Amino acid sequence: MNDMSTRAKMPSTEEITLIKKFLDDTTLFLGPDPEIMQNHDLMPRTDIEDAAITTVSDAHTVAKIRDRIQAGCDEGFEMVEQMGAAPGAKWGDVITGVYSASGDLAIASAGGVLIFSALVHHPIKFIIKNWMNDPTVGVKEGDGFIHNDSRYGNVHNTDQSMILPIFHKGKLVCWVASTVHEGENGAIEPGGMPSMAESPSDEGLKMSPFKVVENYQIKRDILTFLQNSVREPKLQYEDMKVKLFACLRIKQRIEETLNTDGPEALVATLRLTMENVRAEVKRRISEWPDMTVRTYIIQDSTLRENCVVKINCKLTKIGDRLIFDFRGSSPEFTNRATNTIVAGLKGMLAQVFLCYVWPDLPRGQAAFAPIEVITDPHSIVNCSYDAPNSQSLMSIFTGFTAGQHAVAKFLYSCPEKFTKVHAPTFNMINTFIWGGVSQHGETLGNLCADLNGMGAGATVNRDGEHALAPVFATMADIGEQELNEEEVPFLQLVSKKMTRDAIAPGKYRGGQGYTMMVATKDSEQWGFMTTAQGAKIPPLQGLFGGYACGTYPLCKVKDVDVYDVLMNEPERFRHSIEDLMNEQPFDEASYSTHHMGMGFEISKRGELFMISQGAGAGYGDLLERDPGDVIKDIEEGLISPGVAARLYKVVFDAKTLAIDFDATEAARAEERQARIARSTPYAEFIKGWNKPKPPAHLQYFGCWGDDTGTLYMGSPEITRRGDQPRPNYMTHPKDVRIAELEARLIAAGAMGDEKK
Amino acid sequence: MKVPMTEYLRIDLDTEKWECRVCDHVIAPAEGNYKEGLLVHNRNPRDIHPPIIDPEKYRFTFSPDPDWVRILEFCCPSCGTQVETEYAIPGHPPLWDMQVDVAALKAQWAARGPSAVPDAGPVVMPDRGHGH
Repeated sequence: MNDMSTRAKMPSTEEITLIKKFLDDTTLFLGPDPEIMQNHDLMPRTDIEDAAITTVSDAHTVAKIRDRIQAGCDEGFEMVEQMGAAPGAKWGDVITGVYSASGDLAIASAGGVLIFSALVHHPIKFIIKNWMNDPTVGVKEGDGFIHNDSRYGNVHNTDQSMILPIFHKGKLVCWVASTVHEGENGAIEPGGMPSMAESPSDEGLKMSPFKVVENYQIKRDILTFLQNSVREPKLQYEDMKVKLFACLRIKQRIEETLNTDGPEALVATLRLTMENVRAEVKRRISEWPDMTVRTYIIQDSTLRENCVVKINCKLTKIGDRLIFDFRGSSPEFTNRATNTIVAGLKGMLAQVFLCYVWPDLPRGQAAFAPIEVITDPHSIVNCSYDAPNSQSLMSIFTGFTAGQHAVAKFLYSCPEKFTKVHAPTFNMINTFIWGGVSQHGETLGNLCADLNGMGAGATVNRDGEHALAPVFATMADIGEQELNEEEVPFLQLVSKKMTRDAIAPGKYRGGQGYTMMVATKDSEQWGFMTTAQGAKIPPLQGLFGGYACGTYPLCKVKDVDVYDVLMNEPERFRHSIEDLMNEQPFDEASYSTHHMGMGFEISKRGELFMISQGAGAGYGDLLERDPGDVIKDIEEGLISPGVAARLYKVVFDAKTLAIDFDATEAARAEERQARIARSTPYAEFIKGWNKPKPPAHLQYFGCWGDDTGTLYMGSPEITRRGDQPRPNYMTHPKDVRIAELEARLIAAGAMGDEKK
Repeated sequence: MKVPMTEYLRIDLDTEKWECRVCDHVIAPAEGNYKEGLLVHNRNPRDIHPPIIDPEKYRFTFSPDPDWVRILEFCCPSCGTQVETEYAIPGHPPLWDMQVDVAALKAQWAARGPSAVPDAGPVVMPDRGHGH
């Protein structure tokens, strides 16, 4: 036997230097940088910032300059919202901001999508790290960079940023950027958020940060390439210009400040704003009780098939530390699009605080900077580079809800609150994504902004508001459908009508959502898709005895032209999903229901696609609900009289709705006794209820019970360790269906002599 | 001093117990899981979120699938107030949702004093008593 040692020889210092130089000189691909992508805290204070703060730290001066910059950001936001071509721009799916020279988002526009506040600093840091000193790229005055690939820092690839460095007398003082949900990006389905994506290669444009503007002019050759890569080339051009000019307006406001107060004042203001917000967040956290809160939210599909996907959340507060622990959440799906990069999850958690807990804080990266987040690698909330994430919304929204649900339990006892204790708001984008060729011959791909009408959760002292705002942008709008219909070949035949009995009961009920019925009219090349979960399991939890929402399916009526019906037999039409589906008023039509992950489907003229927005969660014991409010809900068409009487135990006259208060109180007292009678002591209950593994009849993904280190992968018998990634492939739903049907054929002896 | 922790639960810092804010029932030790002192009912979600469209005709009805999810309803054994709900996968152990560091809570409130206790809470029902 040869005496060969397997131990490697340790390289000398000189050799290590040489190896490092070799690797630096021969990097084959500058992919997403984990050092950048895993860090959401502020960059260290630089010597320049330190010197600036030594020169200027007067609170009044800082406040004055911050307000000027804030106004500039809001001005840029308005420009994008007013001039942007994308539906997302028109309805507020936008952020503009000023970033420090190191790339931290110091001040963001007050409106729009604040999730970006914890995300779009990553590509700027990539530019600083890789392009600033690269002789083939460089960062000069007049340059502009574009970016959309979520793996370099973004929610999903529909969002595009324009990033400009700002110089003063030849020195970089800060950055400005504008980010918009553009929609179309050339993916395998129109609209930019393909649920059919099985790998990143199906997700359309993947722009790592690169230079697209020189001397403040968009480079036409690169622009043409981008236009050639998407379905809406005119939109691509228009919105790049809009974002560029919004950035230039913010630049103008910054230069006015530089001229009046000097660069030190600007640099000090940006830095102190972030440091002060960060310190204030730590102080506010320290006022919460030291506690661990556990919750989980269930996704009931991958948008391709129904299954059970757990988002597991343990939130711990110790002193001035707040730690989100999402370990135990589902493994990533190797060939499904519902994964998110961890920065996306952090962005939505930042949204919990900026919009629902501390809305008084200046908008920026600092509000979430000191909060810690732990995840399993290659999990659905921290996916790998190779996993598709175009439907990351599914995981960041359910992650958001887990955070919102947990935070409420900390806030209740706090003497100092900045908002009311709040049950979870509805979290799914129940809307239609559309695409095809319009009545004007334009190729289009985008969505109905009705997704912005999520029902709000109830609060400690009032009902949730209906169809209020999306969880990712509390200042967004649902748009004007009539204006939209001038550009797209379909009508919303029923819209803005609340879906009766789609409720979230409680002492204070959740705000409800409205019904949307759409039908294509003037195009033979037009279709829809829907991308939401929650048709089998609600995607929320209730709060303090309140209930979550129900579930929301997609309903279709095919083999009918409702426009002919409306023209010739209008009395046959019904204005609710309930009546249309139960009464089936159109002869020869086919009626069906589906989960909310409909892949892009061409629709024929007059076929109905019908969905409902969802309700926010309820708060408190429903037997404490004011009987008068229950009757008001009946009068407003939110709940049917039978359901109201049965659930809320309110006794009223069926014709006049007059309340019998004594009988109501008696019925409620009786129900409390009935609860006690039908319930079981906890220790006894869990003996029959608790099971050691997930049920075999469900495809279950994630941890089970207290063992957060073992992740189930679709079967009680298949697992991985949380910290040890494994591929997690799903079978094509059509193959699953074919196998089911073949099994039935074999069982019936009807397969014949088909060769294998 | 008694600190309200949820709409229906408080912690008595002196006795270190979870209590019902509606009827003053002593539920469980404060350092433990309050659910252990409550009653539980395994509720069919269709009772609360009834089908809007006919379940005889359709697979998806606006009503949660009872084979996929259940609602665990936790109520006070004394007054029947519904303290918490938990939408649970069948067989999934109920969560210990609020694990309190009681010593830290006592120190925090010793510094604040009783005047800082928030006054929001359940509806006052004369025949059911209230404890806040």
